[in-house]
Order: sequence, then C-alpha cells, then structure tokens
Amino acid sequence: MENLDQQQSETLEAIAAAATPEAVEAIRVSALGKQGWVSALLKSLGGMTPDQRQSEGPKIHAARETMTAALAQRKTALESAVLEARLAAETVDLSLPAPELPRGSVHPVSQVMDELAEIFADMGFAVASGPEIEDDWHNFTALNMPETHPARAMHDTFYFPDKDAEGRSMLLRTHTSPVQIRSMLKGGAPLRIIAPGRVYRSDSDATHTPMFHQIEGLVIDKGIHLGHLKWTLETFLKAFFERDDITLRLRPSYFPFTEPSVEVDVGYTLINGKRVVGGSGDAADGGWMEVLGSGMVNRKVIEFGGLDPDEWQGFAFGTGVDRLAMLKYGMDDLRAFFDGDARWLGHYGFGALDVPTLSGGVGVRS
Amino acid sequence: MKFSLSWLQSVLDTKADARLIAEKLTSLGLEIEGVEDASAALTKFRIARVLTAEKHPQADKLQVLSVDLGDGTPLQVVCGAPNARAGLVGVLGLPGGVVPANGMELRKSAIRGVESNGMMCSTRELCLGEDHDGIIELPEDAPIGTSFADYIGSDPVFDVAITPNRPDCMGVYGIARDLAAAGLGVLKPIPAAPAPASFPCPVEVRTDDPEGCPAFYGRVIRGVKNGPSPKWLQDFLKSAGQRPISALVDITNYVMLGYGRPAHAYDLAKLTGPVVARKAREGESCLALNGKEYALQPFMTVIADDSGVHDIAGIMGGEHSGCTDETTDVLLEVAYFTPAAIARTGQSLALASDARGRFERGVDPAFLDTGMDLLTSLILEICGGEASEVVRAGEPPLARKTVAYDPELAGNLGGIDVGNGEQKRILTALGFDVAEDWTVTVPTWRPDVDGAPDLVEEVIRVHGLDAVPSTPLPRADGVAKPTATPAQMLERRVRRAAAARGLHEAVTWSFLPEAQAAHFADGETLWSLANPISEDLKVMRPSLLPGLLSAAPRNLHRGATSVRLFEIGRCYLRGANGASDEKLSLAVVLAGDSTPRGWATGKAKPFDAFDAKAEALALLAEAGAPVDNLQVMGEAGAQFHPGQSATLRLGPKQVLARFGMLHPATAKAFDLDGPVAVVELFLDRIPVKKGAGAFARPHFAPPALQAVTRDFAFLVDAALPAGDLLRAVKGADKQAITAARLFDDFRGQGVPEGQKSLAIEVTLQPTEKSFDEAALKAIADKVVAAAAKQGAVLRG
Repeated sequence: MENLDQQQSETLEAIAAAATPEAVEAIRVSALGKQGWVSALLKSLGGMTPDQRQSEGPKIHAARETMTAALAQRKTALESAVLEARLAAETVDLSLPAPELPRGSVHPVSQVMDELAEIFADMGFAVASGPEIEDDWHNFTALNMPETHPARAMHDTFYFPDKDAEGRSMLLRTHTSPVQIRSMLKGGAPLRIIAPGRVYRSDSDATHTPMFHQIEGLVIDKGIHLGHLKWTLETFLKAFFERDDITLRLRPSYFPFTEPSVEVDVGYTLINGKRVVGGSGDAADGGWMEVLGSGMVNRKVIEFGGLDPDEWQGFAFGTGVDRLAMLKYGMDDLRAFFDGDARWLGHYGFGALDVPTLSGGVGVRS
Repeated sequence: MKFSLSWLQSVLDTKADARLIAEKLTSLGLEIEGVEDASAALTKFRIARVLTAEKHPQADKLQVLSVDLGDGTPLQVVCGAPNARAGLVGVLGLPGGVVPANGMELRKSAIRGVESNGMMCSTRELCLGEDHDGIIELPEDAPIGTSFADYIGSDPVFDVAITPNRPDCMGVYGIARDLAAAGLGVLKPIPAAPAPASFPCPVEVRTDDPEGCPAFYGRVIRGVKNGPSPKWLQDFLKSAGQRPISALVDITNYVMLGYGRPAHAYDLAKLTGPVVARKAREGESCLALNGKEYALQPFMTVIADDSGVHDIAGIMGGEHSGCTDETTDVLLEVAYFTPAAIARTGQSLALASDARGRFERGVDPAFLDTGMDLLTSLILEICGGEASEVVRAGEPPLARKTVAYDPELAGNLGGIDVGNGEQKRILTALGFDVAEDWTVTVPTWRPDVDGAPDLVEEVIRVHGLDAVPSTPLPRADGVAKPTATPAQMLERRVRRAAAARGLHEAVTWSFLPEAQAAHFADGETLWSLANPISEDLKVMRPSLLPGLLSAAPRNLHRGATSVRLFEIGRCYLRGANGASDEKLSLAVVLAGDSTPRGWATGKAKPFDAFDAKAEALALLAEAGAPVDNLQVMGEAGAQFHPGQSATLRLGPKQVLARFGMLHPATAKAFDLDGPVAVVELFLDRIPVKKGAGAFARPHFAPPALQAVTRDFAFLVDAALPAGDLLRAVKGADKQAITAARLFDDFRGQGVPEGQKSLAIEVTLQPTEKSFDEAALKAIADKVVAAAAKQGAVLRG
C-alpha cells in the first residue's frame, strides 16, 4: 500500500501544479475516471479477502475523497483566477461621461399661472378664460367705458380693421377684465374665478412689452365688501411669496369698472440693490411698489353681466403675471420672457416635476 | 399735475409739512409721484462777497477772486464770469457740492495753475432760471456766509397723478379741498369778486353749437399793458413746469392750473365781427398755438369770427389771434364745452393739451362767472385797463345730481363702520349737501359721482382705506374642491410632459411679420392689426411654428448646437359672426443635433422625422389621445418636406397632429440651414374624456401562462407603408396577439427589386392553456393570410 500513498501524493502534487482547468480535468480522468488508477484500485477490492478488504477498503476510499476534494478546490481556484483575469480586461474608464438626456423646462409664466391656480383653488376660485381678440363692447363698453371715455385712450389699444356681426370693433384685449363680463353672462352668480391670459397694449420698453400676461380675479356673491377684497389679496400674496410679513398699502384710485377702486402697493426692502417683497414700505430701506388694481365691481358692470346689482355685489382685481414672476424669481428684463433663448429658459425655467402643491409650497426655491 | 407748497398754501391754510401733505395726498387717491425740493440740493452753496478780482496770470477770460464767507479767511476762487467784480455778492459752491444743472461735483482744484476753492454760480447752474450770462448778483445786504438754500427758502414741489375721474383736482384748489376734508387745514375762499364793468361788451359773443358749446361767456378788457408777469405768478407757473410767457397768457394758465378752469384771451385787434362758437365747416383749418396746422371736420366745435377759425374750442387757441406784448385790448373767453365732444375732437386730431384734459373730463359748469371774475381782477391788477360787462351766451348744465344714500352702505360695501356723523362731515367738507333723509346732492365739480357706491368711495378714502379691516371670504366646508376643467388639466399635463422629454417651453409673440404668418396661413384669412407697433408684430399667428422657427436660429447663432423648443398657446383664426376662433395648440421645433458627437456614439446626428414622430406620439399619449388607433397619413402641408412628413389622424378627417421635416424653402424663409424637425399638435381636437371618470380601473390579473413570440418576415411592395402591414398583422387574431413589433426593414441582396422585407415580432398570449403546435400554426396561418391582403408574401 506504499504504492497508494505514493501515487496519492504524486497526484496531489500534480493537482497543485495544474495551471488550467483543463489540466485539472485531465488529472481527474487519470485518477478518478473509469480507467483511472483509483477506480482500478476500487475494482481490485472485489478480488480481495474479507480481511484485506477490511484494511485496504477505507484507505482507498479515503484517497479518493482526498483527491476529489483537492480537484474541486483547485478547479474553483483556477476558474476564479480566469474570471478575475477576464474582468480585469473588461475595465472601463468610468470618468468618461455617461449618455445625457436633454433637460427641458416649463416657462416661468406657465409656472406662475399654475401657482396662482393652486393658491386660488384653495380659496374656491376656478380658472376662466376668454378670447384675446375681443370686441370693444366686452373690452370697454360693458366695463363702463363708453366710446368717448378718456380711459379708452389710456389703454393704447391694438385695433383690427374688422367689425363683428353686431358692428362692434374688433381689438386685442387690453386687459383680462372682459372675462368678468363673459363669466357673469355664462355662469351667473355666485362666482369666484381667476382668469389668467395674454393681454396687449401698444407699448414697448424694458418693463413694457406689447404683449404681456395678466390675471383677473372676480368674486360675485351676497354681502361681499372691501374687507373681503383686502383679505383675499393679503392671503394670496402671502401664499404666493410664502412670507408672513407681506404688507399691503391700499390707495384709492380710479378704474371705470370698479367703485370704490383701490390700487394696492406691496412693501419691499432693498437688499443688495434688489427689491425683495416683504416688510413695510415705510421702513428705512423700504419702499412701496404698485402690484394690483382692484375694487368693488361697478354696479353698471354687474348689470352688463346680466345680474341684479341690488342683489349681488363683489370685487375684482387684476395684476401682471410676468411682473409677479419677476418679483418672485428675480428676472429683471421682461423682453427676455418672449425671446425663446434656451439659455434663459434653462436658467429661469422650471423642472417638469416642479408641480406647485399646497403641501410642498407653491413656490420653487433655488 | 405739479404745484409748489406755497401755491397750495395760498389756497389752504395749513401747518402741515410737505411730507405729511404728500402722505395724505396718496392716501386720498391723489397719488404722489414725487416731491422735489430744489433748495435741498443747495446746502453746499453759500452766500459770499467778492473782495478782490484780479486778472488770471495765464488766461485772459478768467479772474482770480478772493471771496469772503464771513469767517475771516477769504477763499481764492477762479471765475470766468464777465460780471465777477470786487464788491459783488453772489453764490459760492463749495467743494463737495453738486451743481444741480449738470451733476458735477465741485472740488478743490487748480485752474491754469491757480488754486480754486469753489465756483461762483449762475442762475442756470443752480436750476433756478435760464440766466447764464453771468454769476448771480444778490442784494448788497444778503447775509454773507449763510446757506443759499436757507436764503431762497424751501418750496417743495408736489407731482401728483390725477386719475381721469377727478377733473376737480386738475386745479390746486380742488386738491386743497380734498386735503381740508381730510383734516389737513382750512380751505380759503376763492379771492374773486365781480369786477366793476365800465362799458357794454363791444363784441357780439354767440354760441351756434349749443350741443358742443352750451355756454360761452365773453368780456372785453381794454387798455391793458402786457409784459412779464409778477414774480409770484412766474414762480407758481415754474413750479407747475410751465414757462412764463406774458402776463395775459400766464394769468389764464394760472387760473387753469390753480382752479381747473381753462380760458382763452384773444387779442381783440385781430378779431372781426361777432365771435361765435360753432361747428367747423368742411375744408376749414386752424393754425394752432403749437405752430401746427389742423384740418377740421364738421363735428368739431370751433371759435370763429367773420374772418375764420381762431380756436379749436376747448383744446388749443389759434396762432393768429393770441395775445402778444403789443396787445392792448383783449376778449376773454370762458366757456363750457361738452366733454364727449372735446374727447372726440382731441382724439381725432391727436392733439393733447392742458385745456383738453380738463374739458374732456368735465370742468365745473358753475365756475364760469367765478373764473371770469378771477381772470378779470388779475388782469386789471397786473395789466391795468378797464373791463366791459360780461356777455353770457347759452347756459352751462348746472343741474346737480342727487343720490339716495344709505350710510349703512359704508359698512356693507366698504367693509368698515364709519359713524353717520363722520360720514356727513366728510361729504359736506367735499362740497356735497347732505339732507336729513340722506339724500345727497353732488357738487357741480364732481361729474364722476353719480351713485351711492361713489359716495362710499368718498367716505372711505377720506376716512382712510388702511382702516378697512381684512375679512376672510366665506369658505366652503372641508378640503378645497378641485376646480380645474378637463381641458385645463390636459394643457398642464402636456406641458409638463414636454418639459420632461427635454423640451424648453418658450412663450413667443402672438403677432408675426406678415410674411411669416402668410407662410402658415393654409388658406385662412388672418387677423391683421390696423395699428401694429411694428411690421414685425402685425399679423396674429395661425400656427405656433413661426414663432418657434424664429427663435431657433437666434439660439443657433448664439452657439447652441441643439435646439429643442415647444410652446403651448393659441392660434388665431376666424370664427362665427366676425368673432375669433382661438385654438389651443402645441408646437415643437427640433433643430441642430439630435445627438452630439460623443466618445461612444461617434459623429453628431441631426434630428430626423422620427424624432418628430416620437414627440408627437408621446405627447398625444400624455394628452389622452387614443394613439393606438391613430393613422399615419400624408398631407402635412406645404411647409413640410413632402416625403418626410405626415399627419396623425383619428379617422380619415380628424387631424390631431402633423409632424416631420421642414421643407427646405420654409427653413430658408426662417434663416435655418440644417434639417429641422417639427411637430404641431391640435390640442383642441383631442377628445376630452367626458364627465368624472371613476377612480377604479377595469379588472386585471396578470396572465398565469407565459407569452410566446414568433417572428415573421414578409416581402412586400416597397411603397407599402409598414404601418399598414403591422396593423394587419396585429389584427389577425385579436384574442391571441397582444403585440406586434416591426424590427427590420431590409432592401437589397435577396430581396427582389421594388420590394422590401419587413420583419415583425408577434407576441402571443395564451389564456386557458398553453398553445400547442396546432394552435400556433393556426395563428401563424391567420397572420400570413392577413398580411397577404396587404400583398405580403411570407419569406421562405
């Protein structure tokens, strides 16, 4: 049996020396294969006496198990070395740039309109709309600006040469206020709407463009008064700017479609030369900035809206959407809003997922 | 409207300072746009006496002065004024002072080698007048060393924005009345007493146009001496931004600016025959005081005599009959013109004037006599002469409106409880008469007040708007209900989907240059402005594409290599009954590189029509359009590449979108030279899901059995749209086939000329039991048969 021991140690040496999985397999065949020497020894057990078998059998089985284990271990080791070598060869430079998807954006005007819709929805306002190519009855007459009214001239109106079937002059609406009339005629009362949209005036400089965006608000109900108007505007501006220190200054003013009429200033503080909304405009580094026109809806306008002014009263307000966007998000040139410059849109625009919510705050912080 | 504090103080007895007055004016609705104090800029300017004046050693026109400020250490100052001389008392600007006229900061300097410690100033340099012939000469006894600001005294000038409903505040007196009502002083009576009339008016004065000119009062003053007006009057007018002209003209301006009462003074010598207010005649014109000739129309009211038109009534006087220094006899006109008529004439002539601004808003019809008295007494006082009797032609509309007022309304409409006593006090102070039963009679100078809400406004604005307490709007129970309509939700959703797909949302002009609009008119008659601000912003857009196509090259020229823009907005078409039809649409423009050159992807790849198709389908899907049922058809339009564009239709007629490559001619028209892919979605045509859908979805359980796929390759005519074959294959067995995906389009070796090979992977989903061979064969046969109807032959 010295032969067995020797053969086993030679085989184990060979296994340890095997350089490839194929070499290990060849050793397995020569030892444990059908023609292998271990298999031959096992077969020789049959020709032995019981005593011999008693003493030799366990040795042969032990040798087989030892070599089986050694083969498996060597094979695993060699295979993982091969894998490692392959993986090493597959190394890539991950500092190279990954494929990039282009980033899109939502225009600030759209974003702010969504914010306004969200805020006002919480106060029970729906969003209404009307045509931008209006007739002069809806844009002026029904808003208590008869033909010779001086306020018509103040509006820098764009006219079309066309008249509608009723002989009314067609024009580009100078404000979103005609939606008041259309909403009353269509929806009756009570009513709570906001109406954002494009409006047009024949005016152009750094802060005026011939096209801009306004938002109109209208509440018609019973017992609505100036106090409600004040609360609504305060509540809206506090929610929009997400600041509790919003301070309003109400000034008597004049709009043909409201009576009494109120112009609304908001206090700001100068910080690094920029106007930041909040605080009192009477503070040392503060000032007042006109942000809204408003008032109690003129009785004649309610009548033009098909409602009885002895039964219904309410308030209306209007403000510039672009202006609100500039105040909140810090743009300083209105003309850039309408230029379609992807660099500007990428900088001032908003992500697709920046959907305004009340729980998350309607504004998007930078 | 501008006026000085001293002007205000001439009609209002008040101790309030400028700051308080300014605050009160704003809170009354007379918005302060600015308060200027010329003296505030003069604190670094002091009264000084010239002790000696020597010739400058290096310059002929300069002198070297020694100037005394009263402190015993005379300063050396270089001066170029011809009147600079020893003994002169003038104004010295010290280093640190800023010259008001040019903003120059004074500093110690050397002028031609001689040290100068300041500057002796002229009137013009200090913005105190036009004189620049020499330095200011003050009286001998002016206090040497004192600040010039203190010497001239502070007289701040208020600049007030008057809203168009307040003609009464287009005169200082009306503003003073508001301030008095608000407790800031006592209004002084108007200093006008009827002047003695020494002779009958020698001129016939008449109104032949009672509609445009219901009242025309006239009076002659003869023997006047015109010339510069007195300093107080000049100072008042200067504070209002008016240039003094001559006493007669200045007096009429003073009464207009001080009392809101325009009037006109004619040089009687230049008039012949009766002076009549009448309608203009065809072909008449008037050379107005601004030097321009105006062609008049028969609806316009004019003042004329036998020789012709002398005045565009209520708007501007004529050049010919105006007063000059030679004038000795004047005819004063104080008239009432109908506001609407003045507005119409003014708009038609595009002629603005101070008089028009007041007449068209409505001057006080009861002020004609008072105005005449004011003018007369001032002229007699300043210019001398004697006055005729007043001729009064016609009658102004003196009827006063009454309003049935209920003081409760202040609370019900104004939201604030103002006591009845206070309400009455306010209204009375403003000139309203309040009867026991609260019938309120409106003063003649308030044409804007005609209803109870107007009175609420008067009460609230004087009481103080800031006192109105905030009152929450009534709020419905529970969490706020959704208010957005399905169409609004669709718009919001598509917008964010487009942004999520890497597109930037642009907002472009609603109006376009005519040529750009015409390029996309597609036969529609477009809306074209009569008075565009420029030719580039003239025609309302029939499509959003032109606006984006104009933005694209701007971006490329700025260095962008890839432009992906979209816009959601209205296109303006013609609707029923002459109204507009404004359709919501979405457009996408893809220009430049779709993929930039990259280490892994190689060369840059331009956008192609399939990029456009991908955007169109993805956005339609987000909009809720049934994209699986859409047909790809032709006729995208002449703006598109005819072979690389298509429409997506729901049924043969309803086009939901068009997309593809731009026609090179269109690209060129928009200054784009590479390939440009575009999409236009007609959002208004997408069927909106009606009503409130349920939240629960149709039942679904993932099938237990695994789906299998089978590949089919067909030979078809090269012209057959692949989509037709795909649709046929997918519909071959609606039960078993859940998907069909085209994965190869091959032409060339092994495919006959004029044909192509299309390979389709079909997904089969077993339901009850797995497919056996026979079932699979049956399905395959159906697929082949359906394809055969499209002329397709299964490849062997």
